[in-house]
Amino acid sequence: MEIINEIKFTMPSLSVNEASARAVVSSFLIQADPTVEELSDIRTAVSEAVTNAVVHGYRNTKGNVELTVKLLANREIYIRIKDRGCGISDVKQAMEPLFTTAPEEERSGLGFSVMESFMDILKVKSSVGKGTTVVMRKRLSPHEN
Amino acid sequence: MKMEIKSGSEAATALLSGEIDHHNAKELRSQLDKFIISVQPALLVMDFKNITFMDSSGIGLIMGRSKLIKECGGSLEVKNTQPYIRRVLRLSGIERIVKIT
Ligand SMILES: Nc1ncnc2c1ncn2[C@@H]1O[C@H](COP(=O)(O)OP(=O)(O)OP(=O)(O)O)[C@@H](O)[C@H]1O
Ligand SMILES: [Mg+2]
Repeated sequence: MEIINEIKFTMPSLSVNEASARAVVSSFLIQADPTVEELSDIRTAVSEAVTNAVVHGYRNTKGNVELTVKLLANREIYIRIKDRGCGISDVKQAMEPLFTTAPEEERSGLGFSVMESFMDILKVKSSVGKGTTVVMRKRLSPHEN
Repeated sequence: MKMEIKSGSEAATALLSGEIDHHNAKELRSQLDKFIISVQPALLVMDFKNITFMDSSGIGLIMGRSKLIKECGGSLEVKNTQPYIRRVLRLSGIERIVKIT
């Protein structure tokens, strides 16, 4: 798929960067003129993935979270969020609604469900000790003009 | 992230402003819990009028406060949720436990 534009943003795993990631995605997407709802969906999905990297991936450590956003032909948005944290041993189980390994921290186990329902495609690759990569895609509605 | 809590005779209202994410939830959680434990309101209303963003961290925040306030003999309601926030809430089934408008 032809790439029209692309950015990469690397940030340390500080919780304050959950908002930074949302801001970066929002400003990059201005050029595609998404609807308010589309923008809100994408911002929320990005927030979930970055929060997971900070909260779970780098639980007892620190590291970088990499965010890649691409605008593809056909108004498709590609997003990749990558950490080199602890990884997930059972991805299928992790993606089940309400599954969480941190209930005492008031995590509700819905992050992946939000990503799945707000984006068109969600793919999670993870390996224990190496890290986790989340790829999401969403096609924006046709532009009116 | 800001919060203003007003105690009325029948209900207390917490007016929240800004974005609810994992980073901000910690502070909100401790402020709300301090209030719930010290005042023990019969009804606490979280007013989301000025909330501009919420992800699944907000679900944990609401669920946790609902649990605590029930233990104190009161109940929790959430009002003025905008449509995109309601879409996140709907995924959780929280509307069966907490009154959300
Ligand atoms: N980047 C990651 N690194 C390591 N583990 C992860 C990562 N992302 C998710 N997980 C694991 O998958 C589980 C489910 O993630 P999900 O985002 O659905 O729920 P949660 O983060 O536990 O709760 P919520 O997102 O609702 O606050 C997590 O509890 C965690 O065990
Ligand atoms: Mg999560």
